[in-house]
Amino acid sequence: MSLRRWGINTIEFIDQPGSQTADSAFSQKVRELSRSDLDRCYQCLTCSLGCPVAFAMDYRPNQVMRMVQLGQKQKLLESSTIWICAGCETCVTRCPNEVNILGVMDTLREMALREKVEGKEKVIPTFHQTFLYPVEKLGKQYELGMLLLLKLRTKDFFSDLGLGMKMFARRKLKLFPSKIKASKEMKTIFEKTRGV
Amino acid sequence: MKYAYYPGCSLESTAREYDLSAQAVCQSLGIELKEMHDWSCCGASSGHSTNYMLSHALAARNLAIAEKEGLDIAVACPACFLRLKHTRHAMMNSDELKAQMAESIGSRCEATSDISHLLDIVCNKVGIDTVKTKVTKPLSRLKVASYYGCFLVRPPKVVTFDDPENPQSMDILMDSLGADAVDWSGKVDCCGGSLALTRRDIVIKLVGELMNVAKGAGAEAIVTACPLCQANLDSRQGKDTLPVFYFTELMGLAMGLQGPKSWFKKHLVNPSGLLKSHGLL
Ligand code: SF4
Ligand code: SF4
Repeated sequence: MSLRRWGINTIEFIDQPGSQTADSAFSQKVRELSRSDLDRCYQCLTCSLGCPVAFAMDYRPNQVMRMVQLGQKQKLLESSTIWICAGCETCVTRCPNEVNILGVMDTLREMALREKVEGKEKVIPTFHQTFLYPVEKLGKQYELGMLLLLKLRTKDFFSDLGLGMKMFARRKLKLFPSKIKASKEMKTIFEKTRGV
Repeated sequence: MKYAYYPGCSLESTAREYDLSAQAVCQSLGIELKEMHDWSCCGASSGHSTNYMLSHALAARNLAIAEKEGLDIAVACPACFLRLKHTRHAMMNSDELKAQMAESIGSRCEATSDISHLLDIVCNKVGIDTVKTKVTKPLSRLKVASYYGCFLVRPPKVVTFDDPENPQSMDILMDSLGADAVDWSGKVDCCGGSLALTRRDIVIKLVGELMNVAKGAGAEAIVTACPLCQANLDSRQGKDTLPVFYFTELMGLAMGLQGPKSWFKKHLVNPSGLLKSHGLL
């Protein structure tokens, strides 16, 4: 049975010779930071077949493992895959070789942000950073403020307005933010972990 | 039975009805939920997606609070639950991380407090037999699809609760309330989580598929233990809707507690028609 039935091209376009220079320092760094022995991956495709969002990815999770081994840094850090991964842990649960696929995705996302790589997916990283803004300032999420800030940052003012109004009418969105007492501790936490 | 209660940010806003129903149910079952003093956000997906150390530090701050209070932790939101579990798991396996956390949060934490989700506490610590004795208004065979989502049961090495592919706790709980938990294949399928605000297209597709599977199995409603799942299913299912309950809401209803009507007013898909047709409202 052909895997193409599921829209899976396993390795054809990532193993193209000369398509990109291998960056072995990058491979090594991902191994370390993801705390995952990703060389155990034997391309069984279990991760990609179970991944709920593989249909929307430019590279499937199994391809990502191969690309890390091959040191294809730029393609990976610019990919939409790393942001589309919803972190559902299905792949981690099912991988027969205990590869921490989600750990690899997280590592790649963090690298892309630290190296300020402009990738194909712009809104999702902006969302994550916007989500963390009230957490840093207040110690808690403040949905209404976060949503407005997200709209400003993404210049998308109209989507989900109706939904927002419905939530508001049902008092599902707090009007005012709440702040924890020890909000200074949040500042320290963010500062101390920023450079690590 | 006393816990340091970690509600999580959603329970103060979009999932208010989950908090109200959880508190009411726990009180009636003799579970004392002492809200953790000055708890802070766990960082959710945005924490671990952007900064490994930050995500652990955000969780560790809360672990340290419970540890000082000398209590185990009860968590309502599966996303928070998994973040706290991940950090505890990682800290127990790494003295280096413990030291790094002490540095980041400004106090030493040994990650001794155990972490349980409310569903686990109700089903396994209180026990189904005790729940049954509290049921005064059985749910008249209301057909529900128990939806666990991703974070409650996966990855099994970290969360150590129920089966990662075919969990049963919520189904058994629903049956004990007099509902009829349908057999369906969507139990642990992902709803798209936090992509709801950035890639609606993906979430609408995933939610649509889930709803089709649930309807195909004969479900009249979905029951969940997760604020993110509830919000996504409640808001993104399109036409021909099914109500989406928190398991604590159905428990409160079956236990004849005060409050269900006010909880249900917060739903986008109004469940009163369905409940009335079963003589439950
Ligand atoms: S499931 Fe594991 S071994 Fe199989 S392709 Fe994915 S990462 Fe590789
Ligand atoms: S964690 Fe990411 S890559 Fe793995 S199955 Fe879920 S969405 Fe796919």
